[in-house]
Amino acid sequence: MRTIRFLLFKEFRQIFRNRAILPLIFVVPIVQLIILANAATYEIKGLKLYWVDHDLSASSRLLYSKFEASSYFEITGTGFDKRAGEAALMRDQADILLEVPSNFERDLMREGSAGIQLLANAVDGVKAGLGTAYAQAVIGGMNVQLLSEQRLPALPTAGGRPAKLDITFSNWFNPHLDYKTFMVPGILALLVTLIGSFLSSMNIVREKELGTIEQINVTPIRKYQFIVGKLMPFWIIALFELAFGLVIAKLLYDIPFVGSLWLLFGFAGLYLLVVLGIGLFISTITETQQQAMFVSWFIMMIFVLMSGMFTAIENMPGWAQQITYLNPIRYFIEVIRMVMLKGASFNDIQWHVGVMAGYALVINALAVWNYRKRLS
Amino acid sequence: MNPAIQISGLSKHYGELQALQSVDLSIAPGELFGLIGPDGAGKTSLIRILATLLLPTEGTASVLGKDVVKHYRFIRRNMGYMPGRFSLYYDLSVEENISLFATIFGTTLQENYELVREIYSQIEPFKDRKAGALSGGMKQKLALSCALIHRPKVLFLDEPTTGVDAVSRREFWGMLQNLKAHGITILVSTPYMDEAGLCDRIALIQKGNILAVDSPGGIVSQFERPLYAVRAADKYHLLKSLRSYPYAHSAFSFGDSIHYTDQRGAFAPESLLTYLEGQGVKDAQIEPIQAGVEDCFMALMQRHETSH
Repeated sequence: MRTIRFLLFKEFRQIFRNRAILPLIFVVPIVQLIILANAATYEIKGLKLYWVDHDLSASSRLLYSKFEASSYFEITGTGFDKRAGEAALMRDQADILLEVPSNFERDLMREGSAGIQLLANAVDGVKAGLGTAYAQAVIGGMNVQLLSEQRLPALPTAGGRPAKLDITFSNWFNPHLDYKTFMVPGILALLVTLIGSFLSSMNIVREKELGTIEQINVTPIRKYQFIVGKLMPFWIIALFELAFGLVIAKLLYDIPFVGSLWLLFGFAGLYLLVVLGIGLFISTITETQQQAMFVSWFIMMIFVLMSGMFTAIENMPGWAQQITYLNPIRYFIEVIRMVMLKGASFNDIQWHVGVMAGYALVINALAVWNYRKRLS
Repeated sequence: MNPAIQISGLSKHYGELQALQSVDLSIAPGELFGLIGPDGAGKTSLIRILATLLLPTEGTASVLGKDVVKHYRFIRRNMGYMPGRFSLYYDLSVEENISLFATIFGTTLQENYELVREIYSQIEPFKDRKAGALSGGMKQKLALSCALIHRPKVLFLDEPTTGVDAVSRREFWGMLQNLKAHGITILVSTPYMDEAGLCDRIALIQKGNILAVDSPGGIVSQFERPLYAVRAADKYHLLKSLRSYPYAHSAFSFGDSIHYTDQRGAFAPESLLTYLEGQGVKDAQIEPIQAGVEDCFMALMQRHETSH
């Protein structure tokens, strides 16, 4: 015990002397929370729309005014020639081209339906998808208006939604659908993961690189003492980062925290055992800090992109959803959102706790086993 | 008396490469033993096996009567090891490094101050300086202090004087002599032949084979042939001419001269001078000299290579 305490002391001393790491511990959470929380939003505003009108009727003017009124669109060009619109699309002067055919109003009145063509620049798939969805919503809004004014025969429209049905909804746990409320817990999860995996693996590999591990290996220090001494500081620092990040989140964005703080930190402590285990495992398969950095980066990249932070897991194809069950970040992001925003209790996250405990056991056993094997 | 270090039939292979080939060696307690050989001879492999950092492929080795594989814990508590590369914490101060290793071994600097005093007192004025900011000689003293902090009975030093200036080297060997007086068995490896004379006994090692084990005087007395130093302005041409001389036994370049031995029992230096003049070396000088450890090493190496 005395040895471990002394090793911890030594590690902290070295970490606090490291001129690169110490400022990073404080700068990273602030930068991530300020920049990422504001930048990473799914909302798209000011889509550039090119308007081609062959009809020039009251109905097409009505539709035009609806697009003009929407904050999602900005009409950057109008014309009568579809080719001019296509050229604008090519030059990135427009994201979406909307073409109203001639006889639009006549068809609408006579047959109760008329076609409109939407062309979207899908180089950015998310933008194109959201853009057409927004456009459909605007067009749907016009349908409803036309129906209620009885300018159209009361038939189910192309959307299949009877006009009389009125839907009201409310967003629980995030009433204003604020993306920050949704993103900040995810960013905090990333922060904890970053510290746990990168720093811990590099810290052990550094001893290999400098040769100090050689001198430590010939002492009576037991392997477990060395490993605990190496990983524990990052366990503590990562939990500190979580607390620090939560304070910033509260001060800057007033993110609600409905759940139990103890439950969140308890789960974070367990989750960190998994992340530190991964860091330890990486350190057993690498010889230099450069290699460790590269491997950590590769693993983190996949974990982060498949964590459900940027892309909802439900939107992934089935096989990818299966893979996310192997991703520890997925569990942590789910739990941190559940506990912070929904006030989940231990019973609600039982499954997550079980999986993380098993994961921690397996990855650490694997890492220690690999660590021993390499030594002889 | 039981030997402090006993090695028998020890081999180490790294894949195809044979680092050690069936080495036998016995080192008495309190001996200052030198392992002399060029880079890549297997010195580091041998020391790392004895320091319980490497497993031998074949054979056995024991330190203080305990097997290096089975009783590595006992050995680690009772030995000091200084790797060839400085491997203390650069970002910790001199004092912090010392107290780290003292704590690991469950002791304190005060408890063993008397053993390390002579060495540590030289770096004590810099005890708040980071180890990484020390000069080469001071780093070496710090490493030695850390290796001694728990009063080891055996000390393994892997090329401690490589990359250290001549004054610090001499000083370092002086410290080793003093440690010997404390009854510590010391095994030290070095590529420098001139350091061999400072050991009680030496082993000459080459390509994983021990060529000879003896006291430095004993090794030198094994040199059978009269040895001559030959000098000339054009050393390269001289060496080529000597090597092509039909009666030449060996000719090796040493500093500013070439050490030469002849095959014939009765060798007249004048005949060689005449031959050299015929080869175009007009200014050659020749004088008989006393063989050193390096001469013995070269001779043994040559014999070893021709017998294989």
